[in-house]
Parts: sequence; structure tokens; C-alpha cells
Amino acid sequence: MVEIMHKLSLYFQFPFVQYAMIVGVLIALCASLLGVILVLKRFSFIGDGLSHVAFGAMAIATVVGLTTDMLITMPITVLCAVLLLRKGKRSKISGDATVAMVSVASMAIGYLLVNIFSTSGNLSGDVCSTLFGSTSILTLTNTEVWVCIVLSALMIAVFIIFYNKIFAVTFDENFARATGTPASLYNLIIAVVVAVVVVLAMNLVGSLLISALIIFPTLSAMRLFKSFKSVVICSAIVSVLCAVIGMLVSIVAGTPVGSTIVVANIAVFGVFWLIDIIRGSR
Amino acid sequence: MSQLSCKNLNIGYGSKTIIDNLSFEVESGEYLCIIGHNGTGKSTLMRTILRLQPLNSGSITLDDGVKLNEVGYLPQQTPAQADFPASVWEIVLSGCLNRCGVRPFYNANEKKRANHYIDMLEITPLSKRCYRELSGGQQQRVLLARALCATHKMLLLDEPTASLDPDATQELYRLIKDINQKEGITVIMISHDLTVATQYCDKVLKLGDSPFYGTRTEYIQSMQIEHNDNQGGEVNG
Repeated sequence: MVEIMHKLSLYFQFPFVQYAMIVGVLIALCASLLGVILVLKRFSFIGDGLSHVAFGAMAIATVVGLTTDMLITMPITVLCAVLLLRKGKRSKISGDATVAMVSVASMAIGYLLVNIFSTSGNLSGDVCSTLFGSTSILTLTNTEVWVCIVLSALMIAVFIIFYNKIFAVTFDENFARATGTPASLYNLIIAVVVAVVVVLAMNLVGSLLISALIIFPTLSAMRLFKSFKSVVICSAIVSVLCAVIGMLVSIVAGTPVGSTIVVANIAVFGVFWLIDIIRGSR
Repeated sequence: MSQLSCKNLNIGYGSKTIIDNLSFEVESGEYLCIIGHNGTGKSTLMRTILRLQPLNSGSITLDDGVKLNEVGYLPQQTPAQADFPASVWEIVLSGCLNRCGVRPFYNANEKKRANHYIDMLEITPLSKRCYRELSGGQQQRVLLARALCATHKMLLLDEPTASLDPDATQELYRLIKDINQKEGITVIMISHDLTVATQYCDKVLKLGDSPFYGTRTEYIQSMQIEHNDNQGGEVNG
């Protein structure tokens, strides 16, 4: 135990570990807030679809040779989010099919582009780290950390300011519309926020594991809590705790950050689920 | 004075017309019941009045100081609500959202208003409970309280008793009649149930093949005439 503490305190002297910790906690917090909306609106898969879009966009950024790939990934992902969440009423392909189509298409195109134009010698290593986020959280530059902090703070502010409106639109869009709430505007805001969080979260867990970060805390919280506010608060706490534990374990044990965080989330879900069953059988 | 007047409505989805050339008026404090078979456009009419869907032609005007966002609405339940974690209090309070405007949080007045309607609909003991654990009748009361929070003039109810047992149905009818009489709120209700059309409401609007619009007494008479005609037909045939 003493040894582990010693090891941790040694690691925490490095600025990049501190950065990773700050960014990880903020991203986990944002993802969990967003997760509540997406799970309850039955949009759980949007996060997954968008993360694939972000992967494709990142490939384009690599090919073009941009150093800050967020300049390309952010706009493309936001655009796709808006289009996907608009739930085209007149479209001939149903909502879930559209998400699946867009997500695999951008995945394929992204990998193809990287393969054709890659200048790096370690192609599969690059792709793997984009997909599973193995090291990117530890290699963040100063600017990226600040961008992360500002965007997360903005997202949390938006969530708090529009909390009551988001609740109304999520619970019953028809009623909200009928009583004069501009539901489409809030859906648009939600779409933009989803895209921003997905792009940010790619650094932490990689594009394949983002939806775990988004849906697990909410699903865990829903096992135990019955009101919207308590679900929001509980999922935020669960998400931040899992992120911290996941990152600490991965530092000590040398496991990949993303998957460790997700495994922590799965464990919490299992525990909450068991508690729910035990409570129910009484 | 008329609170809602609809003139020569043509309603439908895109080019498909469901209701054509419909006109009716609802006076302040009146209780109108909309009946008709499935697919005759009852819900579509209500959604059009609420501007949830575009009007093909004709005009819908709200008078008597009612603004569009001051109409209370009780929609049919959506499947997503079945497992939504929300307390009764949170849901009822969300009916006050149209009073907030750009203000992000509810003020004391709005909370008082939510409490008032929770009391009135006799769901005070449930206010901390989770919506998805309530019975069908309790859930409808919660949604009714929310609709009342949103309005002080007019309520639109889309088959509020669709999934209720007979006792809960009668209870809800009594509450709605109370709201209509004691609070003076105009009620427009879609129903499959003829007891509303023949016992509770002031006026009846029937959509479909044999449309009807008139007072409840006129409707009962027209039903009797139709009934006699049918019996006469059988004897002659």
C-alpha cells in the first residue's frame, strides 16, 4: 500500500499526469450529464455513431496534416450531430438505421484515408490509440487542456441554466412544444453539446469506448434513484469516481486508461443492479 | 364570448386530407367533447389547434386573452415515459415552464401554483414518489396537474382515460368536471367513451362519416332518432 502511494505521488509530480487527471474528471462529468438526456430520450446510440464520425474526421485531419485536429473534428461532428438528431420526419431511412449507416461509413472512410495517405511508420499503433485512446490523454498539450477546461465549463453551465427546460423537453416534447417551449432549439443545443463532448472524450477513452462513458453512469443511477435530479447527481458522481479510480489504477497497474475506466463503470453498474434486485425482493 | 374559433379547417398530413371544411367555436368556460372512430382525426385536430402540426387551410383563432402558450395540454402517453425517472413534483412543476420565459429556475409563486394543483387533484401524498411507479389513474392526475399549471383558461385533453379501469375513469371525469365548473376553465376533451358525450359535457363535436356539432341535449336527441330509424328499418325490412 505504502509502495503504491509512493508510486502515485511520484507520478503526480509530472504535469502531464495532473493534466490528464483534470481533463479526465471534466470529461467524465460532461459525459454523464449528457448521458442522462440521451438515455432518456432513447438516443443512446447517437454517442456511439458520433464517435465513429469523429474518428473519420480525425483521419481527414491527419491526412491534411493539421496539428490541432479539433479544428476539423469539431465542426464535422457537430454538423453530423445536428443532422442525426433532427430525426428527419420525411426521411425514408429510419433513425437507428441512419445512425448505423453514418457511423460505419465514416469509420471505413477514415481508415481508408489513413491507410492511403499515412506518413507514419506505425500505422496500426496510431489507429489503435485513436480507437481505444491508449495514450492520448497523457500526451495532451497545454492548449488542448485549456480547450478542454473551457468547453467542459461551458457545457456544464449550459446544462445548469437550461436544466428545467431540458427536463421538460426530455420528459414530454409534445407538451413542452404545445406550451410554447422552443423544443427544436433545445434539441439543437443538445446535438451541439453531444458533438463537443464526444470530440473531447475521444482523448480520454478513444472513439470506440465513448458511449460507455455516456450511458453507463446514467443506467447505474437509474437502478437506484427515482427522480430526475437524483439521477443526474448520482450519475455525475459515479462517472467522476469511476474516471478517477480508472486513471489511478491504470497508472499503478499500467493498464490502458480508457478500458480501465469503462471496466470501473461496468463494476458500479453491476453493484447497483444487485442492490436494486435485493431491495426489490424484500 | 368565444375563446377558440375554428373556421373552414382543412387538416391532414402533407397532401393527405383527414378533415375537410370543419368549423366550430368554443365559448369561455365551455366543456366540449370530441368523439369519433379511430382515424377520423381527433388527435390530429387537437395537435393542429396547438400548432404541433401545420394547418393546410382555414383559420384557428384564440380570443379572450388566451395566448397559445397558455393552453394546458394532456397528451397521450409516450412509451419513453414508462421508465422515466422523475418525481411527481418535478413533473407537475414543469408545467410552469411557460411562465419562466428566459429565467432559468422556478420562483416561489410557481412552486405555490404547483402545490395548489397537486392538492386539488388529491395527489399530495404522492408528490415525492416516482412517476413510473404510479397507477394509470394516478399518472393521469399528475399530467392533469401539470396541464393546469400551464394554463388558467383552457385545457385540451387527448383521451385521458384511454388506459384506465372504470373506477379511475369515473374519478377522472369527476375531477375534470370540477375543474371546468369551479375554476371556470374551458375543457376540450377527446374521448372514446359516450358517457362523457351524454353526461358531462356541454357540447359535442363528432368527426367521421356522420359528423355532428351541437349541444349535448341535441346530440342525445340525434342519437335517439338514429336509434329509432335503425329499429324502424329492421321492422320494415
